[in-house]
Amino acid sequence: MSVMSAARDAAVNGALLRVTGLSKSYRGPQGPLPVLRGVDLALAAGTSLALMGESGSGKSTLLHLVAGLDHADSGAIRIDDVEVTKLDDDGRAALRRKTLGVVFQQFNLVPSLTVGDNLALQARLAGRYDCDWRDALADRLGLSALLDRYPEQLSGGQQQRVAVGRALAPRPRLLLADEPTGNLDEATGDAVLDLLLELSATAGAAVLMVTHSALLAAKLDRRATLAGGRLAL
Amino acid sequence: MRQFLYALATLASHWRRRPGQFAALFVGLAIATALWSGVAALNDQARRSYDHAAGALGLGASPSLVAASGGFFVQDMFIALRRAGWKVSPILEGTIRLGDKSYRLVGVEPLTLPKISSAKMPTGEALNDFLGPPGRALAAPQTLRALGLAMGATPRIGDADRLPPLAIAEDLSPGMIVVDIGVAQRLLHRPARLSRLLIAEEPAPDAPALAAVIGEALRRVEADEAPELAKLTDSFHLNLTAFGLLAYVVGLFIAHASFGLAFEQRLPIIRTLRAIGASLRALTFALIAELTLLALLAGVAGMIGGYLIAAALLPDMAASLEGLYGAELDGALGLAPSWWISGIGMALIGAVIAAASGLVKTLRLPVLAIAQPFAWREAQRHWLYRQAALAALALLGAAAALLLGEGLEAGFVSMAGLLLGAALALPLPLAAMLRLGERRARGPLTKWFFADALQQLPGLSLALMALLLALSTNIGVGSMVEGFRRTFAQWLDQRLVAEIYFEAASETDAHRIETWLARREDVAAILPLCKAKTTRRASAIETAWPVEIVGAPPHETFSAHFPLLETRADAWGSVARGDAALVSEQLARRLRLELGSHLNIPTPTGDWRVEIVGLYPDYGAAKGQLRVDRDALVSRWPDARKLDYMLRAKAESAPDVMLALQSEFGAGVARIIDQAALKQRSMTIFERTFAVTAALDALTLVVSAIALFASLTTLAAARTPQLAPLWAAGVSRRSLSLLEFVRVTLFAAATALVSVPLGLALAYDLVAIVNVRAFGWRLPFHVFPSQWLEVFALALLTAALAALLPIRRLARIAPASLLAVFANER
Repeated sequence: MSVMSAARDAAVNGALLRVTGLSKSYRGPQGPLPVLRGVDLALAAGTSLALMGESGSGKSTLLHLVAGLDHADSGAIRIDDVEVTKLDDDGRAALRRKTLGVVFQQFNLVPSLTVGDNLALQARLAGRYDCDWRDALADRLGLSALLDRYPEQLSGGQQQRVAVGRALAPRPRLLLADEPTGNLDEATGDAVLDLLLELSATAGAAVLMVTHSALLAAKLDRRATLAGGRLAL
Repeated sequence: MRQFLYALATLASHWRRRPGQFAALFVGLAIATALWSGVAALNDQARRSYDHAAGALGLGASPSLVAASGGFFVQDMFIALRRAGWKVSPILEGTIRLGDKSYRLVGVEPLTLPKISSAKMPTGEALNDFLGPPGRALAAPQTLRALGLAMGATPRIGDADRLPPLAIAEDLSPGMIVVDIGVAQRLLHRPARLSRLLIAEEPAPDAPALAAVIGEALRRVEADEAPELAKLTDSFHLNLTAFGLLAYVVGLFIAHASFGLAFEQRLPIIRTLRAIGASLRALTFALIAELTLLALLAGVAGMIGGYLIAAALLPDMAASLEGLYGAELDGALGLAPSWWISGIGMALIGAVIAAASGLVKTLRLPVLAIAQPFAWREAQRHWLYRQAALAALALLGAAAALLLGEGLEAGFVSMAGLLLGAALALPLPLAAMLRLGERRARGPLTKWFFADALQQLPGLSLALMALLLALSTNIGVGSMVEGFRRTFAQWLDQRLVAEIYFEAASETDAHRIETWLARREDVAAILPLCKAKTTRRASAIETAWPVEIVGAPPHETFSAHFPLLETRADAWGSVARGDAALVSEQLARRLRLELGSHLNIPTPTGDWRVEIVGLYPDYGAAKGQLRVDRDALVSRWPDARKLDYMLRAKAESAPDVMLALQSEFGAGVARIIDQAALKQRSMTIFERTFAVTAALDALTLVVSAIALFASLTTLAAARTPQLAPLWAAGVSRRSLSLLEFVRVTLFAAATALVSVPLGLALAYDLVAIVNVRAFGWRLPFHVFPSQWLEVFALALLTAALAALLPIRRLARIAPASLLAVFANER
């Protein structure tokens, strides 16, 4: 299936995420360095897509643009019916808070909050804190006994599970994961990803994940590769 | 609101993990507020005391009539003026000694007092008690407390007299005792004499003119013409305020350094919050709310600290002001609401100043960029260049104030510009020194040492600036005080040559004593002095400043020992001839007199034209002074005070002479003092005068040590990732700790080196500009290299103490912590 046909299908089926003609370049010593050159992408609700490519191919840039963490040069990003590229800073923050969940490679937990508070943080910000759901997440992620600990007292795998739980706690429509297992060993990474996909399905969230690993990518519904600034399935 | 609250809670949770950093921030703000509000409380207290003193009985608030020639006048003039329709009220003022302290005795006639004064007098039965025998002595509660007496007590004055029963009058200023005029005349041995007439109401248009009633004997002094304590002491308070401000700035350096590091360390949290959807607006409000809350908490703590500092320094300041200006302060500290408001305001302003740049930088950096490690510090690096430009501006401002400004304020502006400019410029020579070290270094570890120190500089520069300010203030103020101490001691030795000084109770006593002394073989010389006072606006003395004229007989005691700053040949001979005078430095500066100038002194017998043949230092005097020949003074001023004597005697026989004098004349000798006691007392006043300055100086140094400690402690946490690779490469933890120690002491030593020229410039500014403009006298500029060594050692000690805890922690760091750096490497 081509990207364009996927986008068409998704549009017909009511795509959750629709990216069209997205371009982005960075300023380099020799002038602008294009990273994305008119990327098109569509993702239906409840589905998952692995975004692959070599280092520097623009995978993380695409993810950051979708999350509203960075600005595109041109093109459009729609999540549900919201045009992300036209939102101001407050609008993008609200989108991240209420519609998205983001998991980074470096976990990015708040070191001064306990595991329990970290898990609840985004849900509380979004006004969607559900104690039962948090407990269910903690239970499923194997964190129930660690709720009063601080991140520095956890292993890397445990920290990433907290990050996954935090992203899923507000029941986001779309989960964005930037190499979520990059800091973990293969077995732990596998386990964390399985949980991420399982819980995303339970929460009804679509998943867009950046990864280097073909093995991990194979666990997702679809795979796309970024090369030369363009996306190919 | 929800977002704001959770963002605030998340940001504030940072402090729970870093209580040391929070303590540094809190202490920085609290100390800044404490030192500032402490000084403000002292100043407020002094001003209230002056107002109180001026307002008490309205003596300063009403116009009055005083003797044209100064001194006392006969009571008949009061009667003559009342008969002529003038609404005047008689006053007799003098000093009495109760125990070992002097008190101001004021005799009043309550029925004729102006309204403003009579409102403060007793009424009804109490008024009858005051007027009828034995009368009452009204005093403030503080005065009774100081005397250790209860109401109704009748303390003894000298051997013969007693005060009437004491009664409390709340409105009186401490140190003042009010009695009926008749009682005052008896106690002060001034029968039928008055010192002034308060004008209760302006005379009616048809009332005869003053001159028509009593001739030229009295002159009118307007309420605002009297020298005011507040004006006299303004310079002192400006000095204190400048110190308070300096300490405030040093405190802010701590807060600024802590805020900066806190922002840097919280960047990941802010990034995470932004990434999971906290809006920039909510984060901004949360940061501002956190800042405000912190400022309020630290502000209140600082105000409490300020109160304690003020309470501790008040006795010394009271002594300073009494020593310098004869001003008396209330002993208890009162706190006005405005003091609280301004103190909390200063804490808030301080917090905003300390946090503003960090806050703005944090909020302006893009979400993804702030995740970069050391982004804040990188931004600081660019700030260094701007800082250098600011330093240049501050130094230019200092130079402009020095060259173009005239008043005391300009002196302080130049000092502030100099200090600020030098502090801002400090990182530049330090960076140059480290770059040079890096270039010259041969071994890899030495090269790393300098490169790493250079990287640490932005994080430590604020603390080092605070240290520089404290050290240079220490050198500057220390040089001035030590120079002054030496000059003052030498001056006392020259000035207090006579072995015995005494004051007779009356002129009759003075004659009796003089005759008796002349018969004693153990008295080598009797040197009678006489004193007159003028504040009259006259052809040459264009000032309302009190001027004392002292007449001394020609004697080797003066010509050989009396210290002079500038003199003409045969100055003492000219003075003895009666047509020349010596002038005190303060008066010379005020009247722009120099050697050879002529001055018309207004006297009761007409103007007296004298040539200025010498200038002498008169340190600490609140009055201007002229010294002339005694006989010449008496001939022009028949009413001049002739009660003071200096006696020359062999040092060993001085105690016998004093004892004999007292046993022979008893109360006829109002005061007797030996040279050693007088020197001791003068030096005590001197030491207490500078006690406040020394205390603030020491506190500033303590604050800078805290600044250094706070910076090192907070930086220590971020050091592990930089040190771990060296440890992995085979450098032991002990060697790393040693290198850290050397790095800190190197910074402190370099800062101390810079502080020496800066301190000397500060001392010069204080001695040659601020002191002259504030007090009217200039001190010789002394340099004390031993003091520099002390300061250098102090800097190293400060740095060593501040570095001890972080370095100890580093030396004992568990290998697992160092390994964790690699485990988390990205």
